[in-house]
Amino acid sequence: MSDTLSAPAGATRRPPTAAGSAARRSPARFVKPLLLVAALLLLLVLPLYVEEFWLRTGFAVAGAIVGAIGLNLLVGTTGQLSLAHAFFLAVGAVSYTFVSGESGGLGTRAALRGLELPPIVGMVVGVLLAGLAGLLFSPIAARLRGIYLGVASLGLVFIGVHVLNTWTPVTGGFNGRSVPEFSLFGFSFGNDDPQLFVLGVPFREAERLWYLGIVLALAAYLFARNLLRSRPGRALQTLRDSEVAASVMGVNVQAYKARVFLVSSMYAGLSGVMYGLSIGSIAPESFGLTVSILYLAMIVLGGLGSVAGAALGAAFVTALPLVFQQFADVLPLVSAPGEGGIAAGVAARYLFGLAIILVVLFEPGGIAGFANRFRRRGARPGRGSPGAAGGPGATAPTATDPSDPPAQGSSSR
Amino acid sequence: MTQFLSLLLNGISLGAIYALIALGFVIIFKASEVVSFTHGSLLLLGAYAIARLADPLGFLPAVLVGVLMTALAAFLVERLIINRLRGAPVISLAIVTIGVDIILLTELIRQIGPDILNIPHPWGGDSVRIGGVGISENRLIAMGVAGVLIVAFFVAFKYSSWGVAMRASAEDGEAAALMGIRQGRVSALAWVVAGVLAAVAALFLVGAPTPGVSAAAYTVALRAFPAAILGGLDSTGGALVGGLLIGITEAMAAGYQEQLSFLGRGFGEVAPYVVMIVVLLVRPSGLFGTKELTRV
Repeated sequence: MSDTLSAPAGATRRPPTAAGSAARRSPARFVKPLLLVAALLLLLVLPLYVEEFWLRTGFAVAGAIVGAIGLNLLVGTTGQLSLAHAFFLAVGAVSYTFVSGESGGLGTRAALRGLELPPIVGMVVGVLLAGLAGLLFSPIAARLRGIYLGVASLGLVFIGVHVLNTWTPVTGGFNGRSVPEFSLFGFSFGNDDPQLFVLGVPFREAERLWYLGIVLALAAYLFARNLLRSRPGRALQTLRDSEVAASVMGVNVQAYKARVFLVSSMYAGLSGVMYGLSIGSIAPESFGLTVSILYLAMIVLGGLGSVAGAALGAAFVTALPLVFQQFADVLPLVSAPGEGGIAAGVAARYLFGLAIILVVLFEPGGIAGFANRFRRRGARPGRGSPGAAGGPGATAPTATDPSDPPAQGSSSR
Repeated sequence: MTQFLSLLLNGISLGAIYALIALGFVIIFKASEVVSFTHGSLLLLGAYAIARLADPLGFLPAVLVGVLMTALAAFLVERLIINRLRGAPVISLAIVTIGVDIILLTELIRQIGPDILNIPHPWGGDSVRIGGVGISENRLIAMGVAGVLIVAFFVAFKYSSWGVAMRASAEDGEAAALMGIRQGRVSALAWVVAGVLAAVAALFLVGAPTPGVSAAAYTVALRAFPAAILGGLDSTGGALVGGLLIGITEAMAAGYQEQLSFLGRGFGEVAPYVVMIVVLLVRPSGLFGTKELTRV
């Protein structure tokens, strides 16, 4: 992707074209924010119109988006292959459940324990503990290169599932335990307390969580985007491209690897909490290797290194099986479990597997790379006219949106 | 003491099976720089094929066909996907094998369903006693077959033209290519050999102490990953040592479960991963792996 990053070409070109293109581009400059605002408004009013199923799917997607953005910082931006994401999700989810859950529970054998602190405390503790787990793993991670790290992190998932299965008082053991409802300063995100109607539509758990999901996913997105545009973000990308070059430039390789592990696992922790809230219970099987692999699928499909791509990938991978399930009777080949056809989850799996292969083979930039290419093609006719500079290095899109180039950079590496 | 010896023997026999899987894993890595996450489902494919064909074909032909099918599948993965990605970053290659793995595993699990398929080993599920130490016949034969295969592999690796070609391209791909070694062919053959080894391992892995072919066999196969990593990804001897080490660890951890009960039930299944992480902490490239040097 060195051609898109040829900054000098862009720099020399800008002055002569500035006068001409400013007028032409000004409408385009407004279009993007306007579209974003419109999309946000649409998301905000959606609970008034759509069914509960879509809202619940939306919250699950929001949780996955947070997790995928976190994994992408690690794998896509910094180039550290990790299959341990499910483990960090589990740390977040279990910590939340333990800190905010009630003692006793329904357990007939061993009693469950919980600290019964306010859920927001549980959420913060969940995020922090997941971050701590990441930090503890980072000395191992920092010593291992590339693929060794990938397989070592695989071990973490199995150890995590083992702990979930055996540490019954905290995790609920094999059968898992239910996750306490979220609430914020006395406002519950459950079905009532207080009863809430907006324009005659009852706002129950699904509606409330929907807004929580939007806020958290948006915050996660903005944080990651800004991080990538900042000095540490650049350092991480250099780290991916060449550790030697990075250390020569004064990047402390070990420290940065530890930090990116910290941030990534904190994202995972938050995502784990959201997962617990969306499902309503946690069990060991929810945090197995499959989950790690699905998260990897999200960021590969979305485009390694691109924050927006990770979000899109997360939406696709999370929503697809749910949608398949919902419309099992309408879709060809797909059927409800035990009815001969291909079960919804299975059908979705085939698609993910196929999509991963096709993406790596033909469009290593994923959805983000595809979108970029499309955008560049769309922009070309307009830019060709300003003469001198309209050469092969069509750099304008990357110059206006610096959060995207890593998408391509990582893929070609 | 008897218990210790018995666990040791069982661990070694299990380790021999792991070593077969890990060996395939390592030669794929040496030949094509790919960490094949497809290996677990390839193994399951072998087991499934043998179990399904054993009834109509009889045991030995079924094994033959099953092994060939697995080798063919590995060959196709290499030709259709890996070969097109030569020179791609290691992570992309690993991810693409995960994609293949998802498809293959999903299909196999759908085919197997909740059942446990049985492979009618002619040696059955009996066990023999050697001086008070009990071991299932299946595992004993596994040890023998694995020993023969491993020796054959090392001889081929050392003396055959394929072995020389492969070691040359692992040493320096560019130089090997300039000397007229066809890397595509070397890599394809490595995948085929790995497929064969995986299928043979599968045949024994689902025998005697284990109940039969079920989706769980996949999880067992995954424990060859720590074996390969432990020994060093690019060391064939390391795969052997790693496999044995993992096998013994697992058998010991399972056998002394009562003494280890503070670690929770079923610790034997995760012990390999714990050992792997500990070893990697001390030696980041495994026991016998080439240390990565960074030249500026």
